[in-house]
Amino acid sequence: MDRILEILWELHPDVDFETAGHLIDDGILDSFDIVTIASEVDLDYGVTIPAEALTPENFNSARAIYALVERLVKE
Amino acid sequence: MQFTSVSFLLFMAVLLIVYYRVPGELQWTVLLAASGWFYLWAGAEYLGFLLFTILTTYGCTTWMARNNTRREARLAQLPQAEKRACRAAVKGKNRAILALCLSSNFAALFLCKACLTEPLRTMVSGSRVSFLSLGLPLGISFYMFQSMGYVTDVYRETVKAERNPGKLALFTAYFPQLVQGPISRFSQLAPQLLRPHRFDGKQVSFGLQRMLWGYFKKLVIADRIAVAVAALKAPEYTGAAFLVLSVFYAVQIYADFTGGMDIALGLSQALGIVLPENFTRPFFSKNIAVYWRRWHITLGAWMKDYVFYPLSVSAPLRKLSRSARRKFGNFGKRLPVYIASAVTWSVTGIWHGLTPNFLVWGLLNCLVIVVSEELTPLYARFHNRFSFKEKRWYGWFEVLRTFLLMNLIRACDLFPSVMEYFRRTGSLLTAFQPHILWDGTLMQLGLSGLDYGILAAGITLMFTVSLVQEKKGCIRELLWQGGPMVRYALTFALLLTVLLMGNYGIGYQASNFLYNQF
Repeated sequence: MDRILEILWELHPDVDFETAGHLIDDGILDSFDIVTIASEVDLDYGVTIPAEALTPENFNSARAIYALVERLVKE
Repeated sequence: MQFTSVSFLLFMAVLLIVYYRVPGELQWTVLLAASGWFYLWAGAEYLGFLLFTILTTYGCTTWMARNNTRREARLAQLPQAEKRACRAAVKGKNRAILALCLSSNFAALFLCKACLTEPLRTMVSGSRVSFLSLGLPLGISFYMFQSMGYVTDVYRETVKAERNPGKLALFTAYFPQLVQGPISRFSQLAPQLLRPHRFDGKQVSFGLQRMLWGYFKKLVIADRIAVAVAALKAPEYTGAAFLVLSVFYAVQIYADFTGGMDIALGLSQALGIVLPENFTRPFFSKNIAVYWRRWHITLGAWMKDYVFYPLSVSAPLRKLSRSARRKFGNFGKRLPVYIASAVTWSVTGIWHGLTPNFLVWGLLNCLVIVVSEELTPLYARFHNRFSFKEKRWYGWFEVLRTFLLMNLIRACDLFPSVMEYFRRTGSLLTAFQPHILWDGTLMQLGLSGLDYGILAAGITLMFTVSLVQEKKGCIRELLWQGGPMVRYALTFALLLTVLLMGNYGIGYQASNFLYNQF
């Protein structure tokens, strides 16, 4: 989870990602950010996030991103 | 059959009566029959293209669904160690089916655009080309993209394949959105189309009011200002005249496209079916990235989900991402995103037309977005130093800057010759000639003083409505709360305005919507 927060803070240092729960709905993360996160996850965790998983539900909070990565690692 | 024709209004009246009188479980068949009738009336000669898309979509999705059913049966019998290979094998088969469906449909679309568009034909023959003279099968880019999105979703197993060909045909050809979108998703639209709908006076009233507002934008504003836009395309209009052209064209395309959307969404609302919004007041955007999240939203979302994302996470770009990081540091991290973005914008440009100007238009949009992204740290330092970012005047400055910048990029639509577009854009710096704004030139564009007066009033009304929507939400809801007298009076006034001030005349027929034939 800490690494996910680091990735997010690198993109937007001024956002409180520990509590924010509507990152996509509130326009904090855009499609460029999502792809950058997917790319960082690919490097750090060795898992590819498939295009169909790049949805607002999976990227609306740091916790949702972490849950997605955990699920993909298990698969 | 045009949305702006009397025959369409009669067709709609009969449909509403029949739709709400038949049993709920039969309503979708009424919509299917109406959609078929609408398309036949609009251009029977192009029915083959629509049927081709429906049949290939149905065939490929049911084929993939059958593979998935067999896979589940096999998985139940296989040991754990062999399940992954079984899943991969079926995924591979389905990928081939998906590729077959996408390639055959997009090849048909490409051939249509290449062989049937007037611009390409006339460009080959060397004569001048008109943006408005496209001659494609009605709505082909819209229904094809919608169907190919559905096929991809079935492949991804995010939706189940529809087994009833009639229901799938209705999803593809639902007539309010067939002409110029919005591009809907199966998971959102199909359940609504197939569900029974009871007559709801408020929703029907809201739908008809929205249609009327759409007719106002189209007939009073877009079709009127179109005359001046056509005149200003003449080669002698450069400098300030080109700036005027870019602003007039912004008004025309906004009133035309959002007017068409209001008619489509209003009609659908009257039938109890909510279509996705395609515009959320894009001219209030403070930068181009936000603008593109508010203009032609469903096309942008389609491109993002089915082109940009798959490309960004594809194996070649992931590989590039790793090597670019080592060589270029932070910029290298972003390079694959920019490449995916450039490809997506090129596809978006080509979607609009096969002439070079549309490709340049797409790449210009991409360029501005990428440059803005790269300059973000610089903007941040600038705004930390000067503390006016939160001031209201600066917000309006950003809105105006985005509006003018988008106008200049959008004007590329108007000139199939890219060199001509750059000649006109360059003239803003080399030969501005501001005197055309007051020397009577604007009165020689085919519009009278009265026309300019009507346009000024219409644009002011359109702006005010947008401003109220931005601050307070749905205007029709506010009117509803104001009581029946206010509601009826304003609706009647708008109807009279459309009838009296619409751009009609002896033998006049409202022109096609700009986005009808993309």
